[in-house]
Amino acid sequence: MAEDMKKVYARTKAVKESGNSFCPGCMHSTVHKLIGEAAEELGMLDKLVRVEGVGCCGLGQLYVTHDWLIAAHGRAGAVATGVKRSSPDSLVYTYQGDGDLAAIGLAETMSAANRGENITVIFVNNGIYGMTGGQMAPTTLIGMKATTAPAGRNAEEHGYPMHVSEILNQLTAPKMIVRTAVDTPQNVMKTRKYIKKAFQNQIEGKGYSIVEIVTSCPTNWGLGPIESLDFLREKMFAEYPLGEFRMND
Amino acid sequence: MAERVFMKGCEAIAEAATRAGCRFFAGYPITPQNEIPEYFARRMPEVGGTFVQGESEVASVNMLYGAVATGIRAMSSSSSCGISLYSEGVSYMAAARCPAVYVNVQRGGPGIGAIQPAQQDYLQATKASGNGGFKMIVLAPSTVQECVDMTYEAFDLAERDENPVLVLTDGVMGTMMEPVILPPMKSDAEVAEIRAKQAHRAVIGHAIGDQHTCEPGGIGDGWEKHNIETAAMYNTWDKDVRVEEFMMDDAEIVLAAYGISARISKVIVKELRKEGIKAGLIRPITVSPFPYDTFAKLDPAKVKGILDVEMSIPAQMRFDIDHAICGRIPVKECLRSGGQLLTNDQVMAGARELIKEVL
Amino acid sequence: MERNLMIAGFGGQGVMTMGKLLAEATCEATDLNVSFFPSYGAAMRGGTANCFVVISDEEIGAPVSYALEDLVVMNGPSLHKFLPTLKAGGNLFINSTIVTDEITRDDVKVISAPVTQMALDINNPRALNVIMLGVYVGATDAVPADVIIKGIEHKFEKKPKLIQPNIDAFNMGLEIGKAQK
Repeated sequence: MAEDMKKVYARTKAVKESGNSFCPGCMHSTVHKLIGEAAEELGMLDKLVRVEGVGCCGLGQLYVTHDWLIAAHGRAGAVATGVKRSSPDSLVYTYQGDGDLAAIGLAETMSAANRGENITVIFVNNGIYGMTGGQMAPTTLIGMKATTAPAGRNAEEHGYPMHVSEILNQLTAPKMIVRTAVDTPQNVMKTRKYIKKAFQNQIEGKGYSIVEIVTSCPTNWGLGPIESLDFLREKMFAEYPLGEFRMND
Repeated sequence: MAERVFMKGCEAIAEAATRAGCRFFAGYPITPQNEIPEYFARRMPEVGGTFVQGESEVASVNMLYGAVATGIRAMSSSSSCGISLYSEGVSYMAAARCPAVYVNVQRGGPGIGAIQPAQQDYLQATKASGNGGFKMIVLAPSTVQECVDMTYEAFDLAERDENPVLVLTDGVMGTMMEPVILPPMKSDAEVAEIRAKQAHRAVIGHAIGDQHTCEPGGIGDGWEKHNIETAAMYNTWDKDVRVEEFMMDDAEIVLAAYGISARISKVIVKELRKEGIKAGLIRPITVSPFPYDTFAKLDPAKVKGILDVEMSIPAQMRFDIDHAICGRIPVKECLRSGGQLLTNDQVMAGARELIKEVL
Repeated sequence: MERNLMIAGFGGQGVMTMGKLLAEATCEATDLNVSFFPSYGAAMRGGTANCFVVISDEEIGAPVSYALEDLVVMNGPSLHKFLPTLKAGGNLFINSTIVTDEITRDDVKVISAPVTQMALDINNPRALNVIMLGVYVGATDAVPADVIIKGIEHKFEKKPKLIQPNIDAFNMGLEIGKAQK
């Protein structure tokens, strides 16, 4: 490298260089990168502990280089509580999808938030069960087809999409609740900023922070990666508007 | 020598764990074990430990899992129907080789059953405390002193094998008070040293290249290699079998019982001996690994009958006895359940019936 | 030699405290084996409460017995419910202020004391259980009286003002018990 050249970007060390096998158009790998970059910028990579949910979110174990443990389906909020309380110097985050966090793990999610556990929650919401093959999630949109709702979700039978960030915003303890996306460079930068802020909150002992990231699942939505982006922006963001619900300093 | 103090079983268990260096407890209220979480809620802050009341048993056992993964000594407790909800977390901890300690203060069942004491979780405890066919060392105290000693030791056994250990007791022992001599309190330095020995598996964040993980299963290549390794570990447990054989040398009538039922049966054996009846007691202290050999070696020419004494209907430990006896000696049952306590008189009546039939 | 005692009454009459005081004092001041087992209903307040104390110079088996040497009844319902569990020749202790029903067995020894009234008379209404413990120890010699005195001193270590009134209450019961021995 020439002496006058400046290094302006480097891969995060938090993710393996061998790449990943997520489906084309999947956004998990982008989120992994942002988590790694945020922790690196804070100089906390060697303190980082990933508490991984079950589902596609649980595939991250194959690709990250930092410490991790796998929670039972939905229990990441409880497992992270055990980790953080026993090892306060660790930088603990849960990585959960919508089925994991908002269906089977709703009690653990709500309770960890309500206790104001000093953890960071990364919630990847794509409105469907990915790994198990496209079943209906609490966040599935009305009319959206799923293998367990073949005619599409209807409110009479299935109720309405669940708005996790809005629900958690009813609780007093959480310090930071944001909903963001990684569909554009601007949103990617913003999400990295949010994740870093959420980590900072934890380092400063401020308490519970959740970053909800609305993403796509081209495979189970039955759309191509480009069409998925259109669907994400037109339909998903309409149901799940991006924004800062709470940014306590 | 340490002075004897008068303590309730549940509180004695919690104090013993604290003295063993336990610094994390998560649990959910359920009778008859509430005195364990309540004691920890008072005690943990005194020693710099953590107490968390979980939102459910499911959450509590998973908090335990998270805590143990960091290398700390951690514990939880529940009772029967609550323990059913522990299955998930216990199976994960067994798979991930997490040395957790937990206590089942058994109550009547099945279902919500009864809040009163029982021994109705034997098969669940010893054979299948969760999915996947894992095994655990299961200790069955029969006095409050043994509750103390076994809880204290459970952490060592768990860490030795990197496997969960269950202390299986019941609502009688949990709520009764007896004199106990407490084990020494581990100093802060000793507690730190114990934790440092777990550093090799602690998931607390490490430099890149020194990744620590806690895996309760595998993606892709399957999990058989792990199962072969744990099976090999279970196979080392012959040395860990513990059993009390009381007045067995010339016994013609054998009472077989664990935990609360065993202490009652022992009194009856003494009573029968006073009458000149050659009675003896076999008390499994580890109900897993079970002392099969102790039963298998019984000589049908000498032993005329076995009385299985349990606070469970139907009998459960009987499966293990039958497995060892294979029909060579008649086995009868003396049972109560659903929260009805066995008394000395009932066990004596059961023994007399057996004697009438076989002697 | 093993001695099984059940104490039964209403919640609030200090039934558990009486059993625990006897058992704890025995643990602290003797080499005897002793167990205390409480039996509550599912409700936190009201209803009946009872507990078992076993004192023995050998290993104790069941901490619960329905073939009792001694039974203390502090209220009417307990008399009817538990009288059948007292062994022939056993001792029945009656709180005669409240329990006025006829004793339907003539094969047991009845020792009665109006402990509720006595406690009111000494302006210490909560001491009925300590008076009854005095009656029990006086009539049975289950443990030496000074074991209980030491137990009271220990129990009220942090509230020293309560020590003497409770010792007085205990001694008052002790005399009644001795007189009916």
